Amino acid sequence: MKLYAKYVSMHLKSQMQYKTSFFLTITGQFLVSFTVLSGLYFMMNRFSRIDGFTLQQVLLCFSIVLMAFSLAECFARGFDLFPQMIQNGDLDRVLVRPRSVVFQVLAGKMEFSRLGRMIQAVFVFCYAIPASGIAWTADKIFTLVLMIVCGMLIFSGLFLVYAAVSIFTIEGIEFMNVLTDGGREFGTYPYSIYGDGILKFLTYIIPLALFQYYPMLYLFGMERSPLYMLTPPAGMLFLIPAYGFWRFGLRRYKSTGS
Amino acid sequence: MKTYKGTYVSLIKMCFISGLQYRAAAFAGMITQFAFGIMFIRQYLAFYRTNPDAFPMEISQIVSYIWIQQAFLAMFFTWYFQNNIFTDITNGQISYDLARPINLYSKWFCQCVASRLSRAVLRCLPILLIGMVLPKPYKLILPPNAFQFLLFMVSALLAMAVVVSFNMFIYISTFYTMSPVGIRIMGAAFADFMAGSLVPLPFFPDGVRQIAELLPFAAMQNMPLRIYSGNISGIEALYGILFQLLWFVILLIFGRLWMKKTLQKVIIQGG
Repeated sequence: MKLYAKYVSMHLKSQMQYKTSFFLTITGQFLVSFTVLSGLYFMMNRFSRIDGFTLQQVLLCFSIVLMAFSLAECFARGFDLFPQMIQNGDLDRVLVRPRSVVFQVLAGKMEFSRLGRMIQAVFVFCYAIPASGIAWTADKIFTLVLMIVCGMLIFSGLFLVYAAVSIFTIEGIEFMNVLTDGGREFGTYPYSIYGDGILKFLTYIIPLALFQYYPMLYLFGMERSPLYMLTPPAGMLFLIPAYGFWRFGLRRYKSTGS
Repeated sequence: MKTYKGTYVSLIKMCFISGLQYRAAAFAGMITQFAFGIMFIRQYLAFYRTNPDAFPMEISQIVSYIWIQQAFLAMFFTWYFQNNIFTDITNGQISYDLARPINLYSKWFCQCVASRLSRAVLRCLPILLIGMVLPKPYKLILPPNAFQFLLFMVSALLAMAVVVSFNMFIYISTFYTMSPVGIRIMGAAFADFMAGSLVPLPFFPDGVRQIAELLPFAAMQNMPLRIYSGNISGIEALYGILFQLLWFVILLIFGRLWMKKTLQKVIIQGG
């Protein structure tokens, strides 16, 4: 843990060397998610509801997903560069060091400029929390925290799977973006709007809906059973096969040489 | 003059052929675009069933809009940059290009057009074909008549020209900033949004829409996609194409001027 803190400060310092670039990138990231937000606003403004969800509810949904994603991205984006580590043989070096591979990959790259997205999420969050008309009792606050924390872990798990797949394919495959970036993009709205088939897929196979749709029903008082409150931790079960796949991939790893 | 033309033609050919090499990546990309297409369509269907009266287009029109957008992604989106141009500027490689007897603006322009075209050619057909055989709400339909299809083709090429000439400003600005990431992300996000990449322009609220329709971004994907889907047709489509041409010429002239000014005082990085 101490070593990790050291890595954090190291990355922060090195990225702070290029301040203009750093802040421009943050602003850029902010603007990107701002266009998504504007799109959401334009659509909700025109239709006023989507499948019974109001603008304020959708905004809360948007900010929770964005927050979970940007947290995951800040810390677990190292997996994004994993295909490159394989290609240029860096992974061989990592494997011989006396620390776990996951740790080294996580600590190897941190993108603080992704904070731009998070700033956006925080703004919308601050607006949507009072505006959503939810009575914030202890259980609801607890649900909210669970949603963000578990969402972050599930997204991290997806990044892990992305990295593990690239052990076999050598190149990072674009298709995984459907699950990561797509999960964020389409998570703007409750996953239920995409129809039953997709909701089932996002419940049982890639459990993104477990941290978004089901607990949200509990937040909005559409479902009262505490079972809905506890779906996000259930989604974390996804991490077990994800990690298993990663281990499997590493055992099969053949160096590309350098 | 003839030899000059030959240079640019072979440049385009070179980039086009090298772009065609990445077939596996193209396949993965296609599946991605296909999945994105389905999800976007479902999103619009959800809005439609919630409040059909507020829907400003026909369902079949928005479906065509989305499939054509996904199929020709590489032609229509500003964020598809030529990364080697940025690295050439930042690491000083650009000096070789400056020493060559060709116009740098034209060279970049050809490069961008060629790599966009090759990418689009590789990827469009399967998406279009699958789109056409899908069942009803997801089905991609053809434009009402051949003339409309022709207008779409012209408009699509012009849209790409506008996108590339807009991107030129971002490339040139790298001579000044030396770190293109921020401007690149910002420029692309804003331009694509105003071009109707996320939400088509007819869905914009009144006021914003009228302004957006005058900006150069409306001459990007907005025009060909709406012409294909039949949202803009007949004489209106012809006006639209004129509008695109106008913006293309304006961007081209200013881009070339800026390039000329920049190159007069450029400082090459590295040694």
